[in-house]
Amino acid sequence: MIERNLICVACPRGCPVTVTLNEVNEVVSVTGNTCPRGDTYARAEVTHPERSLTSTVRVTGGKAYIVPVKSSRAIPKELLFSAMKEINKATLEAPVHIGDVAIKDLLGTGIDIVATNEIE
Amino acid sequence: MVYDIAVIGAGVVGTQIARNLSKYDLKVALLEKESDIASGTTKANSGIVHAGFDCQTGTRMAELNVKGCRMMEEVATTLHVPYEKNGSLVVAFSEEEMATIQDLYMRGIANGLTKDELKIIEREELVEMEPNIADEAYGALYAPTAGIVSPYELAIAAAECAIGNGVEFLRKFNVGGIVYEDGNFILGAKDGRVIRAKIIVNSAGIFASYLLENFNGEKFKVIPRKGEYGLLDRSVYPLVTHTIFQCPTEMGKGILVAPTTHHNIFVGPTSLDQNDNMEGKHDVSVRDGALRTTYAEAQKSVPSVSPRDQITSFAGLRAHWIEHDFYIAPAKTNKYMINLIGIESPGLAASPAIAECVENMVLDTLDTKPAKKAEWNPSRKAPVFFRTMSPEERAELIAKDPAYSRIVCRCETVTEGEIRDAIRAPGGAIDLDGVKRRTRAGMGRCQGGFCGSKVMEILAEELDQPINEITKFGRHSDIIYERTK
Amino acid sequence: MNEILNYDLVVIGGGPAGMAAALSAKDNGVPEENIIVLERDVRLGGILEQCIHTGFGLTYFGEELSGPEYADRFVKLMDETKIAVKLNTMVLNITKENQVIATNKEDGLITINAKAIILAMGCRERPRGALDIAGTRPAGVMSAGQAQKFVNIDGYMPGHECVILGSGDIGLIMARRMTLEGAKVKVVCEVMPYSGGLQRNIVQCLDDFDIPLRLSCTVIKIHGLDRVEGVTIANVDDKMLPIPGTEEYIPCDTVLLSVGLIPENELSKQIDLDMDMVTRGPKVDEMRETSQPGVFACGNVLQVHDLVDFVTQESQIAGKGAAQYISGLRHGDVIKTRGQNGVRYTVPQSINLDEQEDVKIYFRVGSVYHDKRVVVTCGDKVLLNRKKIKLAPGEMENVIIKAKDIAEMTKDQEIVISIEEA
Repeated sequence: MIERNLICVACPRGCPVTVTLNEVNEVVSVTGNTCPRGDTYARAEVTHPERSLTSTVRVTGGKAYIVPVKSSRAIPKELLFSAMKEINKATLEAPVHIGDVAIKDLLGTGIDIVATNEIE
Repeated sequence: MVYDIAVIGAGVVGTQIARNLSKYDLKVALLEKESDIASGTTKANSGIVHAGFDCQTGTRMAELNVKGCRMMEEVATTLHVPYEKNGSLVVAFSEEEMATIQDLYMRGIANGLTKDELKIIEREELVEMEPNIADEAYGALYAPTAGIVSPYELAIAAAECAIGNGVEFLRKFNVGGIVYEDGNFILGAKDGRVIRAKIIVNSAGIFASYLLENFNGEKFKVIPRKGEYGLLDRSVYPLVTHTIFQCPTEMGKGILVAPTTHHNIFVGPTSLDQNDNMEGKHDVSVRDGALRTTYAEAQKSVPSVSPRDQITSFAGLRAHWIEHDFYIAPAKTNKYMINLIGIESPGLAASPAIAECVENMVLDTLDTKPAKKAEWNPSRKAPVFFRTMSPEERAELIAKDPAYSRIVCRCETVTEGEIRDAIRAPGGAIDLDGVKRRTRAGMGRCQGGFCGSKVMEILAEELDQPINEITKFGRHSDIIYERTK
Repeated sequence: MNEILNYDLVVIGGGPAGMAAALSAKDNGVPEENIIVLERDVRLGGILEQCIHTGFGLTYFGEELSGPEYADRFVKLMDETKIAVKLNTMVLNITKENQVIATNKEDGLITINAKAIILAMGCRERPRGALDIAGTRPAGVMSAGQAQKFVNIDGYMPGHECVILGSGDIGLIMARRMTLEGAKVKVVCEVMPYSGGLQRNIVQCLDDFDIPLRLSCTVIKIHGLDRVEGVTIANVDDKMLPIPGTEEYIPCDTVLLSVGLIPENELSKQIDLDMDMVTRGPKVDEMRETSQPGVFACGNVLQVHDLVDFVTQESQIAGKGAAQYISGLRHGDVIKTRGQNGVRYTVPQSINLDEQEDVKIYFRVGSVYHDKRVVVTCGDKVLLNRKKIKLAPGEMENVIIKAKDIAEMTKDQEIVISIEEA
């Protein structure tokens, strides 16, 4: 049995969570979390850590040069920098609305990169 | 291009010399190695118009200080420069120190000050004038004609006046070499530009002795003496309203607590002699911990002055000639090169008198007296200070130009119109610090955190430059780099 | 000379606090056409516009939004109302007669007579000058928020190799943003022995990118003539003074400062509001009314929050309070609140004794505590005694005072929150 102590990043509360793993790296138990999101986070963190990614994407023909974007859900942590390369290549044409898709199916993950602000 | 006169250095002295010379039918160039006027000693000093009791009797310094102090009010008023005859106090903390005060008084009288210009006061009167003075304060030397002036605004105003009257301002002209050939000086800038001039006025501040020595080998021992300051939020005013000196002791001249013309309070300066090399002449860093002791010393005069209210710290250099006098004279080998060496405190106070003195020296040097311009304007366009205007004045101004209704700097209430004026003025601002010195945008408690990027946008627009080429103070002081995308 | 307008309610600031307050005032009965919001920026949303990271809205909306998305929820609600909004508008003065003088390019100077005013001006970052860092004053030293605007709004890199001083949330967030955009963040120095930011931000902004966080460490000197060339950092002792011999030079071209936020209360000071020396905001009652009748304050101008969700909740209270005030409601005696034994401040600083509803008191502790109890007393009575696994200065706490308890209080008592042994 291995115990791993984490800080849950699912919400700003930042609960200290303990995950117990067996010999074949299967989660046996999660304790310390105060909500189900903490349980989900902890299980993912020890097996396939994920992070939500935010950045900006170039806008053409609009009042602003860039628009903020986010991943539609958390992406595998190890993909953060390759995702940034894709984001740096993408563009959106104004007007941009919240939810407009800048990148569909980012790196084959099924996750989209979407705008998070309105640009005229 | 052959100029009649090239003034090297656009500090508070060089700019006033240029202004005085602009009265005549002469082709004058004002050369500045930095990107803006007032970028050396002028931008970082106490801003005090000393009355003139402190200088050694009989020196050039004493003579020009007393004279300059008497001239300053008119010069500042004419040029629309913040000036206040707030009076200075040299505070004694014991009966023994009152003897020093007596000596200073006598010296002041010997220097030519009148009895209306100097007065020894008792504790009671002192407390009435400065309620926050320390309990230990015993008495003081009061100089009612001493004042404060914004040194960089004085230099900027004088330059604007000079340029308005035809003087050419060459910025980023860092004089690398001077040679004299066929009755002309050839001045080469480090970037390759070359100009010629019949007469040179070398008012390059801390670098003046260096230029002279490079020209003809004449040596002056000039030490870059550093002074560090702490500047406090305006909300502290009127902690003190007069310039408060401490009675000089064997330990030193003491630390000042004084208001600026914009009613920030400052403490300082420290005094540190640096190496007389290029590193020493450029080192305006504030030493770690230096201000901790400065505040402690300042609290001796004004116990409630506190680093908690500090909004910024800075250091300046003064050109300290070891003879401790102003040396204003032609080069020994060439009467057409007039040098100003060792212009340190009270150089600001003396500056109008120094300018007049150099003006006369130039006229004496010329074989034929130049005619005076008929249309010479002694002033410049008065800058707008929205913050200090009445509601009626504000409304009138906004009706003329709505740019004055957009506040860019919140802390100092500076409008877009004022910033555009500062950029468009003769010899106007081309960088963030230039705008700051002219308008106070970024001088407040947030130190440009909010308005910096907005000022950059206006600079970029006015100068038609990409925003990432706008610098803090020229050279390589880039603020932002390439696009993220 | 200039236009004079009349409004029941003037809200100063169109960020999350101002928008929530204005909407709440409307929901509580102030006619919407009698409400005006004055915003100095080009759009509503305040600082949220540049906070493009996610983590907003979990408490209030139950979902994780980015700053602009959170703001947009309220902008859309504002758009559906007749609440007047003036953008690019700076308030110059407020008076003791509840008059507001503002200026913008379209209208010039505007004078507004208000029945009530809500102060929602937010906060600003502490600059370098206040810190007394030795060295030169080159370009490349900026607040984390300034860098955030350059990167997230303007789309420019403010630097390539950064040292971050201060571990406030904006500093941590910017460590990640700079790293993702291609810069190298060399170290985050925190002068305190603990971080001022949220734990989650240390994990996902620093740990994820192997950015070291040095506690009890600070920047003592900045090097570079034109642009920053490096910094000297050093460990500090328990008096926060640098320890000789621990100095270390770190080459970098940028220093980002995240050394605290200061409520923006210049207007509050113009009308001499009673100020709280700890929060640096006005003292308020549970409706967020300040010492001047009819003037309310909410959001970061009142106390620096770590979550916008709480700003929204607090501002809704202020909007309701202003609505009640406009409709003529006046209160009588109050009971004061205060913190002791590790509790640095409490907001509200007083509660009206005629309050009919439960009141939430927010507070912050002065250092990190493990396994303690939060105890709330009024006179001899213990109102609450709750075990806490962890308390930290970076995380705002709250306790609820029951209406039935308030009903039994008297004006000469006080409500005291303290940290006690478990």
